[in-house]
Amino acid sequence: MKISKRDFLKIAGVGLAGLAVKPALRAIAQAERPVAAPKSGIFAGKRMGMVIDARKCTTKDGCRDCITACHAAHNVPDIRDPKNPGLVDVRHEVKWIWTEPYRNAFPTAEQRFMDEEIERKPFLVFCNHCDNPPCVRVCPTKATWKREDGIVMVDWHRCIGCRFCLAACPYGSRSFNWFDPRPFIGRQNPEFPTRMKGVAEKCTFCEERLSRGQAPACVEACKEKAMFFGDLNDAKIEARKMLRARFSIRRKPELGTSPQVYYLV
Amino acid sequence: MLEKALIGGRAYWAWILFLMCVIGAGFLCYLWQLSYGLGITGLSRDVTWGFYISQFTYLVGIAASAVMVVLPYYLHSYKAFGKIAILGEFLAVSAVTMCMLFIFVDMGVPSRIFNMIRYATPNSVMFWDMVVLTGYLLLNITIAWTTLSAEKREEPPPKWIKPFIYISIPWAVSIHTVTAFLYSGLPGRHLWLSAIMAARFLSSAFASGPAFLTLLILIVRSVTNFDPGKEPVQKLAQIVTYAITINVFFLLLEIFTAFYSGIPEHKASFIYLFVGLDGHSKLVPWMWASVALSVLSIVLLVNPVTRHNEKTLAFACLAVFAGTWIDKGLGLVVGGFIPSPLGKITEYVPTAPELMISLGVYAVGFLVLTILYKIATAVKEEIAA
Amino acid sequence: MYDAGKIFAGLIIFILLVTSPFWYNRAMGKSLQMPVPKIVTTERLCVLPRAEMRARHMALLDNWRQTVVRTGERTYVTEDGRRFNMSLTLTCMKCHPNKSEFCDKCHNYEEVQPICWNCHVTPEEKPK
Repeated sequence: MKISKRDFLKIAGVGLAGLAVKPALRAIAQAERPVAAPKSGIFAGKRMGMVIDARKCTTKDGCRDCITACHAAHNVPDIRDPKNPGLVDVRHEVKWIWTEPYRNAFPTAEQRFMDEEIERKPFLVFCNHCDNPPCVRVCPTKATWKREDGIVMVDWHRCIGCRFCLAACPYGSRSFNWFDPRPFIGRQNPEFPTRMKGVAEKCTFCEERLSRGQAPACVEACKEKAMFFGDLNDAKIEARKMLRARFSIRRKPELGTSPQVYYLV
Repeated sequence: MLEKALIGGRAYWAWILFLMCVIGAGFLCYLWQLSYGLGITGLSRDVTWGFYISQFTYLVGIAASAVMVVLPYYLHSYKAFGKIAILGEFLAVSAVTMCMLFIFVDMGVPSRIFNMIRYATPNSVMFWDMVVLTGYLLLNITIAWTTLSAEKREEPPPKWIKPFIYISIPWAVSIHTVTAFLYSGLPGRHLWLSAIMAARFLSSAFASGPAFLTLLILIVRSVTNFDPGKEPVQKLAQIVTYAITINVFFLLLEIFTAFYSGIPEHKASFIYLFVGLDGHSKLVPWMWASVALSVLSIVLLVNPVTRHNEKTLAFACLAVFAGTWIDKGLGLVVGGFIPSPLGKITEYVPTAPELMISLGVYAVGFLVLTILYKIATAVKEEIAA
Repeated sequence: MYDAGKIFAGLIIFILLVTSPFWYNRAMGKSLQMPVPKIVTTERLCVLPRAEMRARHMALLDNWRQTVVRTGERTYVTEDGRRFNMSLTLTCMKCHPNKSEFCDKCHNYEEVQPICWNCHVTPEEKPK
């Protein structure tokens, strides 16, 4: 049978490409083990959430214990403006939890005439671990996904750094590592990884602490005991009791994200 | 047929050498970006997509050049486009190549790119963007190469190519729609949260793609012996006229909704772009330049005298290209991030390394375009002889 | 044979290029001997038997990170019933804290660059 050199090469090429079928199928068909059934309560549950008593919170007096604790426990870098080290580098900063005044935390609920205390009070903001998270919806690799306990997690081994999640988050809760964060980390916590350049990150409700039966670092650090955490599906926990007793607001509820961080004002 | 790209005069090889130098410089800057991180760009925590992604967004529009020629030719037997279909398809190949390169250079961890296939996520629009762009690239390469080979043998193209050609038409619409969906489904970004985002992408694409193709045809006519004639150029000009008019109309629709409703989030980005917000106004001159260019191009294109005159037509196409480039390539993406979800403003200016890498990607695209056009025109010259 | 001189010259250059890694490493003084990683722990048994660890520790660590990060499950039970916390830093490096004399020995020899320590903190670096 006579076959031209050109056609032979074409057939050989297709044949070689066929060798890739099995590994490709194997890679795509990766299944993940299901999570064990969670126990209800403070450290595990179906709908982990946070309630912050803004009246008890003393951020207005300069308290930043929760922020310090969180950033220290998770090796969050402190990136300063290279021209002015007294200032934070707002372009490249990485922050998991920080404070914003009411008009920035709740821009759609702004009012001309309002309670002066609330107007001036710095509110704690961080990832809301929404019920309907846009960041999870857009992530092309499920590097950010919603766990069965409601926590929106980040997988730094899988993140490709496309930053779609940063664009999608309507709260600006997510940060990106624009360069290697290690030089900017104060005291490294050796028990928690740092991240590398090129991945996105955010608050993970201290899932590594929850697995050890510890409350999130911010909750534990709060001297005023102004933060309540737990499975909001469990009507017996303190957080739910607070929500039943007091009026609470959430950030941008009209967007349908159903954020699970509640502020008692 | 590839060997036809190896035969050329002094000007041809000088152009290729120039492109290689730009690619080299861009590549070196990219190595720097790989080692330092995306911090060498002007991107920030608030403006997370900038020049790279906006160029990708714009070039998806240029890739529409193919469908705007293919649709009349194959679906409606508009014979005049028969000569330039290949040019449109090759331009689409070059444009989609650049799109994918821009996405690649924008990634934080590019070595993990295959995660998008390994962990395919159908609810992510980005996954579908990868699918449709790859598909469109393969479609156009296949169609263009097959039809050109057939033309070289002076035979009609094989029958099996017809379904691919027909599929490429809705597929072209899909690449714009899906790219628009990247933006229009995000609840926190009110500049983009508009039902007509995809329609705006299509109108801008159908204006910029054929406009750029028109310019390329005029260039091809002057540097090679291939002349497709006046009719395809005029028909393309008509298409551009309608498309750019609709594009400007769509922008006015957006502005009406934003300002008549009075909703602050809807207005904010437009105010930043066209007037300035809280003292930040870096993009204001650009946006008004874009408006001026678009209006000027409409005037030149609607008027039959200036449309028939190929010199003024070329100028009008350049104005369309520049106007839509500023609108989509600068205003849309950056404007969507300002103000941030917390109401803050961090402006964005691309840095020199970022621009060099972008130029490198453009040079790759132009290299692909040059090689493919060289082959196409060489084949056409050969048959004409 | 036509152009015999050019062909033989080309062949010799080719062979030199292809074998260049070998004589380059020799010139750089890199040892051709198998690396011997230094074990500092007094524990007798690793998570898996030595031979299995040598062959499969990367697959094991990959499995561990998938399981911990994606399912939250942190306890690994070996075939003989021993339990371990699935963590590079907290388990593996507790017994093998000497990264440069243990992990790096083989990795450098094999020119393998695992990116684990881009993020996971090595004990040697601890006090800052």
